[in-house]
Amino acid sequence: MMRYFLNRVLVAVPTLFLVSIFVFMLQKLLPGDPILVMAGESRDPETIAYLRELYRMNDPIVWQYIYWLGDVLQGDLGRSLRSGIPVTELIAQKLPVTIQLAVMSMIFAMLVGIPAGVISAVKKGTFWDYLANFVALSGLSVPNFWLGIMLILLVSVNLGWLPASGYETPFVDPWRSFQTTLMPSIVLGTAIAGSLMRHTRSAMLGVLQADYVRTARAKGLSEKTVILQHALRNALLPIVTLSAVMFGELLAGAVLTEQIFTIPGFGKMIVDAVFNRDYAVVQGVVLVTATGFIVINLLADLLYFLLNPRMRATL
Amino acid sequence: MSAAAATVTVPARSGNRAWAKFKANRSALIGGVVVVFFCVMALVAPLLPIADPIATDWALVRKAPSALHWFGTDEIGRDIFSRMLWGARASLMAGVISVLIAVAVGVPLGMIAGYFGGWTDQIIARFTDAMLAMPFLILAIALAAFLGPSLTNAMIAIGLSAVPVFIRLARGQVMSVKTEEYVDAARALGLGHLRILRRYVLPNIIPPILVQATLTIATAIIAEASLSFLGLGQQPPFPSWGAMLSTAKNFLAQAPYMAIYPGMAIFLVVMGFNLLGDGLRDALDPRDNG
Repeated sequence: MMRYFLNRVLVAVPTLFLVSIFVFMLQKLLPGDPILVMAGESRDPETIAYLRELYRMNDPIVWQYIYWLGDVLQGDLGRSLRSGIPVTELIAQKLPVTIQLAVMSMIFAMLVGIPAGVISAVKKGTFWDYLANFVALSGLSVPNFWLGIMLILLVSVNLGWLPASGYETPFVDPWRSFQTTLMPSIVLGTAIAGSLMRHTRSAMLGVLQADYVRTARAKGLSEKTVILQHALRNALLPIVTLSAVMFGELLAGAVLTEQIFTIPGFGKMIVDAVFNRDYAVVQGVVLVTATGFIVINLLADLLYFLLNPRMRATL
Repeated sequence: MSAAAATVTVPARSGNRAWAKFKANRSALIGGVVVVFFCVMALVAPLLPIADPIATDWALVRKAPSALHWFGTDEIGRDIFSRMLWGARASLMAGVISVLIAVAVGVPLGMIAGYFGGWTDQIIARFTDAMLAMPFLILAIALAAFLGPSLTNAMIAIGLSAVPVFIRLARGQVMSVKTEEYVDAARALGLGHLRILRRYVLPNIIPPILVQATLTIATAIIAEASLSFLGLGQQPPFPSWGAMLSTAKNFLAQAPYMAIYPGMAIFLVVMGFNLLGDGLRDALDPRDNG
């Protein structure tokens, strides 16, 4: 198992290397010169020359990449062209907000998707199965920004139950924090819930045919015990790893949700950076997201090994 | 060459059986009807006697739905129904063209990787992994921002972001098809790689690519709407569903209908493509063909 895992890590290294080249090239492909943006409106030739030297823009592109990669490996993603704040510092400020949102969305998705999938599989071909399938497909088809707008219209504008926008950190006011992140979490978790429902249903249908489930029934165990103790425990194995992978995707999904609910997270940061032409921030966000995605995938692989007794036996 | 082609037997197509299965699948048919409906609406929009989608009328600002303006009017008096129909053109065109870009780039790369294997495969596989590591929407936003905001650039950005999905799919399919006897036979007859790939491999990997393309159109339509919502897609005054929603969110209390209809249209057309894609997958799945 260790060998397999090391192999996966070794494959991840060239992938990360390619991601870094891609992210670096994004800046080079830009229309316009970031140095001119930094030089401000006066565009003083001396300032431009100084900045070119400072950012090593006069060096060949390969050297520019090597210097940039060297800085990145030391945790230096450059500074925001807009605010002058180091990009790592900005990410460290915004990421916890999005992680809070992602965790809450995942909890929502699991609470809805997994039971719906189990009910759908157990009651296959009945009204409940069709209903669960329809709701899951709707969850996968609804654009999350529209769902967000509709929830604001219903829950905030018409009923006045929850705030339409804003954010409070849980360390200052936990209740307010919960209120401000509840709707965005539902919006972000809806598609994941649909996906989890479909995967749970499919895994449960497979497991319910298995010999050990038939044996459990033959032993006279109650249907509840058979489903929850024997079938679901086994069906959940791929779902757990799938959830880990989806967790990475949630970070990306937060882009529009944070925009609609004006939540100062990672997703809103990238949109603001794009509109401010703050290339260092865009580069930093893409690089950190891609690295996070690769690491989460590796952890999901490891988790699968740890949770699966048959795989553990190969240790 | 014709003699060679005649000697090599490609497995009989099961088109009729697939069509029969598809016809029996009610939800797939509903999906197909929804998709056809929106396509027809988008195509005939210029021919219909409806209001000019970009003509403003300050006497008609934010009017509720009525017999004259079925879906009401927007913040500068434009007819929402007309903008919806014209917006369908932008959404569907973006969905289809971006998927065509993804297929045109991804399938040949995936076929090369799967067919030749070795270093070619390793390089393409790492490139695919690197692209897949960058979340679809973030990649599309970054590309659209760097290319500049326009519908064409949004389509290119979405298409390029979807390329790795097709590389991976085509690669996997080719790896399984290339071990088939008819491909061995074609090779034994001395046919060139390009001819084998085009005549004997490609036709056999089309069904799963068709299914994936249908499902990716759904994703691409949402991505286009998302980019337009952020101001990175179709530019004003031309209508797009995403941009209409972006404006509508500022008038939720005064004119909620501005947000309801465009969102409903995106939801229905995406649902249509998802149902159609699921139906095609069930119909074309060889494991179920008895």
